[in-house]
Amino acid sequence: MSNSARKIVIIGNGISGVTCARHIRKKDGQAEILIISGETDHFFSRTALMYIYMGHMKYEHTKPYEDWFWDKNRIALKKAWVTQVDFDKKELLLAEGECIPYNTLILATGSKPNTFGWPGQDLEGVQGLYSMQDLEKMEKNTPAVRRAVVVGGGLIGIEMAEMFRSRDIPVTFLVRESNFWDNVLPKEEAQLINRHIRTHHIDLRLETELEEILSDDTGRVRALKTKSGEEIACEFVGLTVGVRPNITFLEKNNKRLTDNDKTGLDLSLGILVDAYFKTNIPDVFAIGDCAEFRERPAADRKTIEQVWYTGRMHGETLAHNLTANSSVPYLPGVWFNSAKFMDIEYQTYGQVPPTLEPGTDTFYWEKDRTAIRFVYNSSNDNLLGVNAFGWRLRHDFFDTAISEGWTMATVLGQLDKANFNPEFFKNHIQEVLAKYRQKTGRSITIKKPSFFHRLIGSRA
Amino acid sequence: MKNIQYVGIAIFLMGLLAFSVIPFIGDYRLEEEIVRENVKEIHQEQLLEVLSPMYGQTYTSNFRFIGDFNDRFSTHNEDLKERQEWDNVIWDDYAFVLTKASSLGPVNERPYFFLLISVVLAVIGGLMYILPLYRHEPDGIKNDGIYFSSMKSRGLLGIITGTYLIVFYIILYWFPAYLTNLVLMVDPLSMALSGNPASQWFLYGFIYTLAILVMGIRMFRKYKGNAYQTIRTASVMFFQLAFAFMLPEILVLLNMPWHDFKNIWPLDYSFFFEYRIDGMVSSGALGMFMLIWGIILIVVGVPLFTYFYGKRWYCSWVCGCGGLAETLGDPYRQLSDKSLKAWKVERYLVHGVLVFAVVMTAMTIANYFMEFGLLGNATDQVHSIYGFMIGSMFAGVIGTGFYPFMGNRVWCRFGCPLAAYLGIVQRFKSRFRITTNGGQCISCGNCSTYCEMGIDVRWYAQRGQNIVRASCVGCGVCSAVCPRGVLKLENGEESGRVSDMPIIIGNKSITVKN
Repeated sequence: MSNSARKIVIIGNGISGVTCARHIRKKDGQAEILIISGETDHFFSRTALMYIYMGHMKYEHTKPYEDWFWDKNRIALKKAWVTQVDFDKKELLLAEGECIPYNTLILATGSKPNTFGWPGQDLEGVQGLYSMQDLEKMEKNTPAVRRAVVVGGGLIGIEMAEMFRSRDIPVTFLVRESNFWDNVLPKEEAQLINRHIRTHHIDLRLETELEEILSDDTGRVRALKTKSGEEIACEFVGLTVGVRPNITFLEKNNKRLTDNDKTGLDLSLGILVDAYFKTNIPDVFAIGDCAEFRERPAADRKTIEQVWYTGRMHGETLAHNLTANSSVPYLPGVWFNSAKFMDIEYQTYGQVPPTLEPGTDTFYWEKDRTAIRFVYNSSNDNLLGVNAFGWRLRHDFFDTAISEGWTMATVLGQLDKANFNPEFFKNHIQEVLAKYRQKTGRSITIKKPSFFHRLIGSRA
Repeated sequence: MKNIQYVGIAIFLMGLLAFSVIPFIGDYRLEEEIVRENVKEIHQEQLLEVLSPMYGQTYTSNFRFIGDFNDRFSTHNEDLKERQEWDNVIWDDYAFVLTKASSLGPVNERPYFFLLISVVLAVIGGLMYILPLYRHEPDGIKNDGIYFSSMKSRGLLGIITGTYLIVFYIILYWFPAYLTNLVLMVDPLSMALSGNPASQWFLYGFIYTLAILVMGIRMFRKYKGNAYQTIRTASVMFFQLAFAFMLPEILVLLNMPWHDFKNIWPLDYSFFFEYRIDGMVSSGALGMFMLIWGIILIVVGVPLFTYFYGKRWYCSWVCGCGGLAETLGDPYRQLSDKSLKAWKVERYLVHGVLVFAVVMTAMTIANYFMEFGLLGNATDQVHSIYGFMIGSMFAGVIGTGFYPFMGNRVWCRFGCPLAAYLGIVQRFKSRFRITTNGGQCISCGNCSTYCEMGIDVRWYAQRGQNIVRASCVGCGVCSAVCPRGVLKLENGEESGRVSDMPIIIGNKSITVKN
């Protein structure tokens, strides 16, 4: 290969950077690959940070690959912060002053917590949660905390609330919206989670916004003031109002400011890339949370994708493009995501918007902590998306059903095959079908498995 | 509730303390009568004379008594060996029976009282701690604080617990004479069940069963809301209580050989030993049934059930060792080594033990049919080496004593020959697998961390590959702790079960093969 001795440098050892490195190595045995990160020595699962705090795991358990893996695959690792890139000379400058040359540069720097200029947001005991350093800070802050306030009703917010509850620390949870995460979840599901949050003795305050964070004499947080004027005494404020691309060092030193600037990087909220993850500078790419697509990758996608799975897919796709003869544009498939809200698992496939869009209809079933929602095209009955709470669903089933446009009748008629719950779990399929009959008048039956089939296993 | 739990711990510790002190109380006095009653006819003449200086003497501790006995006994034996009078050398162990019969202590007089202040107290204390667990919490598995716990993450408490268990097993296997008071304590229970006085093995079986029952209740609390865990735990509790503990004792009551119908060769390594075969063959129709049932389990039961359900049907639903590991050992499941290196060691060791057991059994059977013309008594030597190294050392001392150090499945993973046999079937001819759910894995590591068999489950899950591993006992905890609903234990069609080049779905740009 012509580019056999090229040096590929990746900034960031998260899921997208590491996936990219691994897949490059699979196809290209020659390339020199270096991953630089100031965060940790090795790749770890960011989504597992909460479990370290909760004592479910230690840092070493969150590493998806053993430490010898990197040597064996000749992926060099360097623990350092990059301060500046010289795109002209193709060199990186590290905080310690070292220069690292590259042929190809991949920016996979991830995110950082959002802040919106609230008074007091820089006080001691006020922080977000994204990185290992954030977790260490949280650990350091914890002993003094008699009450924590978490601001922002999203995925990290509920995680942070759960983290404190695991250590018996009282939590007040401020949510700006009418229900938890209801800019993503339909009302019924959001309310289901509201109730669950409260069963965990979390003081959930809906439609409550942060006004300012108040300091004590030493520069530590002593209370939080809401927009309605209430003061909540607390020793910790978690700011979990989303994340934004972590491109501070690039903004400072490498941002393209004028049209004539040949060596500046096009930045907006993130690093601007095309469908091939190319930035405006040759041989420089950006993937994962820090990348911002100039155009949406698909009609139902945002220009910044900040999910574990999308980070992985960016890495896979770019690795392909860097090692194959012809490049392919990033083309995400059917949307999927998952989370766990305390004890309730959530999975989603396809498009389930918080409020119904014109021309679509929905069917929802709920009982105790279990719920399932289908959204479908009201004219042809084709499935568009599904939400499931406390009910594990088979990804490949819904990937096929949604991409092939199966009708509701077809999907519901095979709900047993779509089920991914562990064995012996209570099966709600008949109840769901009964409610569907009630709603639509259509009767769908699923044949009960024979005794023999039940005896020999779940997927006979 | 917290207070009840603290009191529970205190009561448990008092029971444990009593259990640990009871062996060392009381006086001992040997009488001629005792020797006559407990020593085989052929040894009586010798021993009556050798032990005569001890008659009527009161020993204030079992250390002195056993020490004196052992001195006289071994001096006599050594003497015989030196004079090459091999026919007179006594190979039987009389220390335990004679010590037990010579006990004058309070335990002898009030066994129920001592049972109450030790074992019963510990059970009550344990239940007081366990029953309120997660009482007002919603269903769901809470692994909070496990890695902050000294007991569960190889801290001081864990080290103390492991050391206690190791010492207990060493005394139980090699110095049971020191446990006679504890055995006396359960004598009435043994008499009621089987009509015979208790041995150290009855004591062991009794505590073992209680441990599974009490810690089984803990499993119900810990995994509440998870039907698979609940049913599976109920199953091991039932099999331990009914098949391993009660039924064998009832058989003895009926003058039948002691037999555990759910134990399978080669875990039950002595199944084909001469004395076992003779015992079964000479016990009429039921004895013949035991023999045929045992063989059917080996030849048909294991392959057939493992084909349909994987080895879990035995290892985490029926087996006694598995039963203890899944209940008493559950708090330590996260301590198993997940490294590739450990997997390599595991394969050599566990299959090595299987080969040892098979070769030993083949020799034994051949020798048996050739009426000992082939190897004479050499097989006995092999039996005792296996019994010492594998049966006692590996399965007992390391198997259980190492719970707090290397996790709860050390024996099952590295040593059990039956697990090796079941594993070979599971790996190559079975419908069982753990299915991964498309692209939903976030590599968090809960599955691998809580795998008691040290399988790096995440390594498969994150590349969308079904988990088909010889060692998987199907406990279902990986699936239970997965926060994203990625893992499912399934029995299904064989085609597509083993996926060497798995595809993760969700990315339409390219087909990602891992």
